[in-house]
Amino acid sequence: MGSPAPIKDPTMPAPVLGPGQTYTTVTQRLSAIITSRTPLGWIAALLIAGGILQLLMLSATWLLIKGTGIWGLNIPVGWGWAIINFVWWIGIGHAGTLISAILLLMRQQWRNSINRFAEAMTIFAVMCAGMFPLLHTGRPWVAAYWLLPYPNTMSVWPQFRSPLIWDVFAVGTYFTVSLIFWYLGLIPDFATLRDKAKHKISQIIYGVLSMGWRGSAKHWFNYEMAALLLAGVSTPLVLSVHSIVSLDFSVGLIPGWHATIFPPYFVAGAVYAGFAMVLTLGLPIRYFYGLHDYITDRHLNNMGKVMLATGLIVAYGYLMEQFFAWYSASPYEGYMMQNRTFGPYSGTYWSLILCNVAIPQLLWIKRVRLSPIWLFIISMFINVGMWLERFIIVVTSLHRDFMPSSWDMYHSTPWDWGLYAGTIGFFLFMMILFIRVMPVINIFEIRQLVANKNRGEHAETASADD
Amino acid sequence: MAENLYGLLAEFDGPDELLKAAKDSYAEGYRKMDAYSPMPIHDLSESMGYDKHRVPFIVLICALLGACSGFGLQYWVSVIDYPLNVGGRPLLSWPSFIPVTFELGVLFSAFGALIGMLILNGLPRPYHPVFNVPNFERASGDGFFLCIEAEDPKFDITETRAFLESLKAKKVDDVEP
Repeated sequence: MGSPAPIKDPTMPAPVLGPGQTYTTVTQRLSAIITSRTPLGWIAALLIAGGILQLLMLSATWLLIKGTGIWGLNIPVGWGWAIINFVWWIGIGHAGTLISAILLLMRQQWRNSINRFAEAMTIFAVMCAGMFPLLHTGRPWVAAYWLLPYPNTMSVWPQFRSPLIWDVFAVGTYFTVSLIFWYLGLIPDFATLRDKAKHKISQIIYGVLSMGWRGSAKHWFNYEMAALLLAGVSTPLVLSVHSIVSLDFSVGLIPGWHATIFPPYFVAGAVYAGFAMVLTLGLPIRYFYGLHDYITDRHLNNMGKVMLATGLIVAYGYLMEQFFAWYSASPYEGYMMQNRTFGPYSGTYWSLILCNVAIPQLLWIKRVRLSPIWLFIISMFINVGMWLERFIIVVTSLHRDFMPSSWDMYHSTPWDWGLYAGTIGFFLFMMILFIRVMPVINIFEIRQLVANKNRGEHAETASADD
Repeated sequence: MAENLYGLLAEFDGPDELLKAAKDSYAEGYRKMDAYSPMPIHDLSESMGYDKHRVPFIVLICALLGACSGFGLQYWVSVIDYPLNVGGRPLLSWPSFIPVTFELGVLFSAFGALIGMLILNGLPRPYHPVFNVPNFERASGDGFFLCIEAEDPKFDITETRAFLESLKAKKVDDVEP
């Protein structure tokens, strides 16, 4: 158990910014992460992540040589780890957009110090997600005409009545909009780095990326409106993406998939998984770079509360699935749920309940929400639990559907593991690179917090979001 | 002298001082000016008469364009170029076209927000006279600046300098063009 910092006044929330911060210290501290010498620990972390990344190269190459037969797929389980991992990664991305868009619209100041790396996390997670459907086609270079509507020599077009093509548009839009939102936020910070960089080459690179940003009042005037509107369009977007992902399942007639609760249940699960990943990454970054003044107890507490709330929605989803199976009076639905709960995959199902429902109840305790170690452990359980959830949804529904004669068990192969672990390596590799070359915390928004604090507005806005 | 200068750049202590200086300069009759700060300051641009939002209009046009092209694409593909009769369902099954229509509307409006912001701000612009002032690199860190430009009809090198100093500027620099 960690040692949570004591809160002085229990009626007042902890501040979103540590004491004694000025414009100068904020700028120095946050740009020094990039302009200082490369820490040895960073190189070591990059090498480890790069080593895991090689598994992705290896697994993808062998897959392209041999085809999807190297995976554990069979008939009836034609959708295996590829779709499980796709949904898992897409879900992880959702916290980034939630933090940057929805919390911006709600004027939650605590988002300012976590939005940048949460957005980076979104982009890299969506990249990982995108690999799976592409690789699942077995021949990604011919997949273009299945996925994208372009005039081709075969004169065929995608079927726009299928949720799978909606997915292509939803995920493609999600990735592009996240990238635009991220870049927009980075422009003023690139200008800071341009002015702080010591090396000529880095000055030129950051100079080009900052597009000649001068911080003029007119710049900021248009900039703030653009950011607000992007937040406005990203909010329905993020809700639509996982809803559309869930339609891949619920439009099908398979028992356990054909349920109206899927879209909200998937969105809540996505936010749940995403916040767990934000903590999984944010806590080590905060620890190694000593960013306790920017990611404070307040952030930990609030993120713990968001996880608890979304976790309860997800638990409600599990309960409703059980209820539907009984209330539908359909023998197939009933059997599916009995098989899921007590059949050959019951161990996975009960592990899921343990990881996603039982253990997160610890978050009711304030000491747990304030303890980095406890939060890290709980978020690891949730990361695992959310993966198990997708496994349960995909595999237990498919392996025993309507016809007992077509029933079969699903066994994953080392290549399934290799590709999955490889994308985790890719994700970590990209995150570690990102920390070193771009500001991991949004510098200009922290300066705004300093300005608010100087004006004494901080106390009012602080109590508004708790 | 004034024709080979871009303007005068005054540095202030903080956001409130800069806002006050911008308001006073506007009240004094200066129009061709701009303020530079490391973070957005509420009301600063408005206090200098730049208060018309144009980004929302651009985003709206882009959103409509995106949604129309999304729906148009699906209509053309599903009804005109590649009609498929699936179980006798209508070719124009518009409810199933909504997700792609929505996504393309969002996609286009995001591009509209970014590109609209850049165009309205005259970016990318690698060179600008204010970068000639050595101190100006602090405008992206902890410096707060007001620049009155030589193009302003009221600009006079000595009078404007005296006026900026009367606003309690920490330092007033010439800006080379």
